[in-house]
Amino acid sequence: MATIGTPVRRREDFRFLTGGGTYTDDINRPGQLYAYILRSQHAHARIGGIDTAPAQRSSGVVAVYTGQDMTADGVGGLPCGWQIHSKDGSPMAEPPHPVLAVDRVRYVGDPVAVVIADTLALARDAAELVNVNYAEEPAAIDPVAALQPGAPQVNSEASGNLCYDWQLGDLAAVESAFAKATRIVRLDLANNRLVPNAMEPRAAIGEFNRATGEYTLYTTSQNPHVIRLLMGAFVLHIPEARLRVVAPDVGGGFGSKIYHYPEEAIVTWAAGKVHRPVKWTAERSESFISDAHGRDHVTHVELALDAQGKFLALKVSTVANLGAYLSTFAPAIPTYLYGTLLAGTYTTPAIYCETKAVFTNTVPIDAYRGAGRPEATFVLERIVDLAADEIGMDPAELRRRNFIPKDAYPYQTPVALQYDSGDYAATLELALKAADYQGFESRRREAMGRGKLRGIGIATYIEACGIAPSAVVGSLGARAGLYESAEVRVHPTGSVSVLTGTHSHGQGHETTFSQLVADTFGIPIDNVEIVHGDTDKIPYGMGTYGSRSIAVGGTAIVKAMDKVIAKGRKIAAHLLEAAEADVEFKDGKFTVAGTDRSRTLGEVALTAYVPHNYPIDELEPGLDETAFYDPKNFTFPSGAYIAEVEIDLETGQVAVVNFTASDDFGRIINPLIVAGQVHGGLAQGIGQALLEGCVYDKASGQLLTGSYNDYAMPRADDLPTFALSTNTTLCTHNPLGVKGCGEAGAIGAPAAITNALVDALKPLGVRHLDMPATSEKLWRTIQQHRAPIAAE
Amino acid sequence: MQKTVSLTVNGKPVSATVEGRTLLVQLLREQLGLTGTHVGCDTSQCGACVVHVDGEAVKACTLLAVQADGHSVLTIEGVATGDTLHPMQEAFRNNHALQCGFCTPGMVMSALDLVKNNPNPTEREIREYLEGNLCRCTGYHNIVLAIAEGAAVMRGEPAPNVYGTAAE
Ligand code: FES
Ligand code: FES
Repeated sequence: MATIGTPVRRREDFRFLTGGGTYTDDINRPGQLYAYILRSQHAHARIGGIDTAPAQRSSGVVAVYTGQDMTADGVGGLPCGWQIHSKDGSPMAEPPHPVLAVDRVRYVGDPVAVVIADTLALARDAAELVNVNYAEEPAAIDPVAALQPGAPQVNSEASGNLCYDWQLGDLAAVESAFAKATRIVRLDLANNRLVPNAMEPRAAIGEFNRATGEYTLYTTSQNPHVIRLLMGAFVLHIPEARLRVVAPDVGGGFGSKIYHYPEEAIVTWAAGKVHRPVKWTAERSESFISDAHGRDHVTHVELALDAQGKFLALKVSTVANLGAYLSTFAPAIPTYLYGTLLAGTYTTPAIYCETKAVFTNTVPIDAYRGAGRPEATFVLERIVDLAADEIGMDPAELRRRNFIPKDAYPYQTPVALQYDSGDYAATLELALKAADYQGFESRRREAMGRGKLRGIGIATYIEACGIAPSAVVGSLGARAGLYESAEVRVHPTGSVSVLTGTHSHGQGHETTFSQLVADTFGIPIDNVEIVHGDTDKIPYGMGTYGSRSIAVGGTAIVKAMDKVIAKGRKIAAHLLEAAEADVEFKDGKFTVAGTDRSRTLGEVALTAYVPHNYPIDELEPGLDETAFYDPKNFTFPSGAYIAEVEIDLETGQVAVVNFTASDDFGRIINPLIVAGQVHGGLAQGIGQALLEGCVYDKASGQLLTGSYNDYAMPRADDLPTFALSTNTTLCTHNPLGVKGCGEAGAIGAPAAITNALVDALKPLGVRHLDMPATSEKLWRTIQQHRAPIAAE
Repeated sequence: MQKTVSLTVNGKPVSATVEGRTLLVQLLREQLGLTGTHVGCDTSQCGACVVHVDGEAVKACTLLAVQADGHSVLTIEGVATGDTLHPMQEAFRNNHALQCGFCTPGMVMSALDLVKNNPNPTEREIREYLEGNLCRCTGYHNIVLAIAEGAAVMRGEPAPNVYGTAAE
């Protein structure tokens, strides 16, 4: 009966396959109006004034609002959920983030006004009549240039555009290790800016009930309670009891639907003004200039090695772009989700990282699948590969020499984290074997005969997942706790509802969580219902991101089920006239040990709700328990990825011919769903490495990659069939032994692909390639490096 | 400029009054309440909106509602028979070819079009055919498996069932 570990097909699929899903834009409320948001076309300008009168008079228009209107009504700015301190102890610069721009626009896409009309077409027509008097100013676009003296100033509160100058690690220890090193390897690299591009564009519907004074927001969110808290407490000042946030089916998020966005506050506030529901749905081109972007680091890294190839110390200096304003989690990404991961899978004893976070006149940047960890992995795995090349050692062997050994856990890294379990060497061997690493050189030669440069690349990764430990994240600057909640409600006849604070935007929680409950309670999966995404139904919870749902949310469910069973044993003991200590729960039955006297969970539940024969003096009726789980530590999934690529010598066209992923996710509840998570992450990682790059014009600040014409999304024929395997070590500090799997692919793939490309181009003397390595870039690289050979 | 259009949708005759600029996808979603057809882009590249018009796969965001006047439209809502999924839908479920489900209706409609024209597609042919359908969740791996399996079942062959069977 144990479904855990088996490929249960998803319960949510029937509705999605028949067009029966309910995404936010599928919802229409009676009397609904449509909002069109007018956005800045300028990267940086002062607003001299906004004339909304002609738009107000336009056909079908109900209202037009500007930032001034919202400010005058007491609407607050969008809050930031994390505070970082600089080296000198000073808190980060935290400029206000108005919902609608007030006196200045700071990026192309900055919302300026909202037009509300009977139809979307009429709202859009009227928006053309809104006259904004802009005085254009020079814009700071490139993050490194933005830190130079004299650069245009994005926010007056952040002098020199610096948000913070953060550090982690022991610089003195690193310097003394560098002084003793036999070899120092240095590299400058960039981590390309990405647009998350969940296929469902963001949408929001605000509604106000005049009779009760209650507001409802339907929104495309990964965490409805967080939105209710941020919007209710900081922006619109609506008490929780009068604000309901519903996130129905969500069409992908990858981080981009964590944050509290202006549009959510705009439609909710406006609904209260016009007393009718107000709906907004992003067009894709609007998503490109309004969804939080990801990555965008520029980094210098140095690795010190001894004569045997042991890593002695690592020094990393990064400039991280934050965009024009601080998005909800933004400050944490290039610091505590980045610097802390720089030990990777290695025993490097001394590590120092410094990050300068900078404001620019671009869309705000925040977590995107992996969030900090792909950037850390790219830095580390590129410098390790380069080191292997420079000392003439096989990159697999150099990694083996430096892996944290499997008997070293718990392992304290020099950058704050304590890893609980892992076996990196075994995972790498698994991948090497699956990829036939040994046989690669003959494949390289064979490819050369066909005019293809073939390369192989390894990357290992570690990630800190199960984003939680409240005490830990609090000490690191989080302004919230990051536990998770669950309520397990056993109904009178034994069916079960689980109300969870996590939320699914494609991860299949309705299936995975049901498996947990079905196995624990010994009931069919069909008797379990998973409820999420509605603050009026579920207990306060933090939502889904950072691969936390099973490790934190799943554990909360386990704890609530434990409470149900403990109470059930008391009830069963009463019914069976036995001592509680003699009653055990197994296979859905409470049994008096050593006898065949038993009661099913359903019988116990019925007794709890119809307590005629019940220990009413000792026990409350009902069988409904809530638990909150705050873990002691992060979880640490890890893995080894091997990419094999072929580059056409004449055209630069690249093909990923093999991709092998070996991961350690701890216990796996549903291997089908886990494989799907890895596939999707790999596609995004390969997309980052080969195709995707968000490009701004450095002078005008216009987004040059603002649609699918210009931003290359990975398509089916860009990707290979993936070869997956797992090597399991259990997480030691949660009862399920689970680690999380949602981000791995996006973390490990960019470095594996880039290492493979550089390996392929090594015969031409190429040392490094920045992402995305498009065919054009590869072709140019081949031409540049071939020329001297031809001239010889 | 308003115009009344009459068409057949999922086998049923319907008429509606639309503006000249109304797209077929807007007619389906907003006026007929068929929200299974999705909108994922504004440049006709994502394929979330694919429906069949007179048996041909069409991106419903590229067609005006008035152009569908007098034609027959099949949307994802019309593919299953009651509670019984079409073999292609069943193959998507069996191979975990959907996660968030947003691209899924368009993927299924495209897959049916592919198999109609090529009943036994190779992996490469499937991948190339999906050029016009974006999925951000699955990495396409399982979609490719699903289409191959759906095609096999539609040819009357047994499902390969790559992922095996779960414990109940
Ligand atoms: S919505 Fe039709 S192709 Fe994207
Ligand atoms: S399943 Fe989410 S976009 Fe394809």
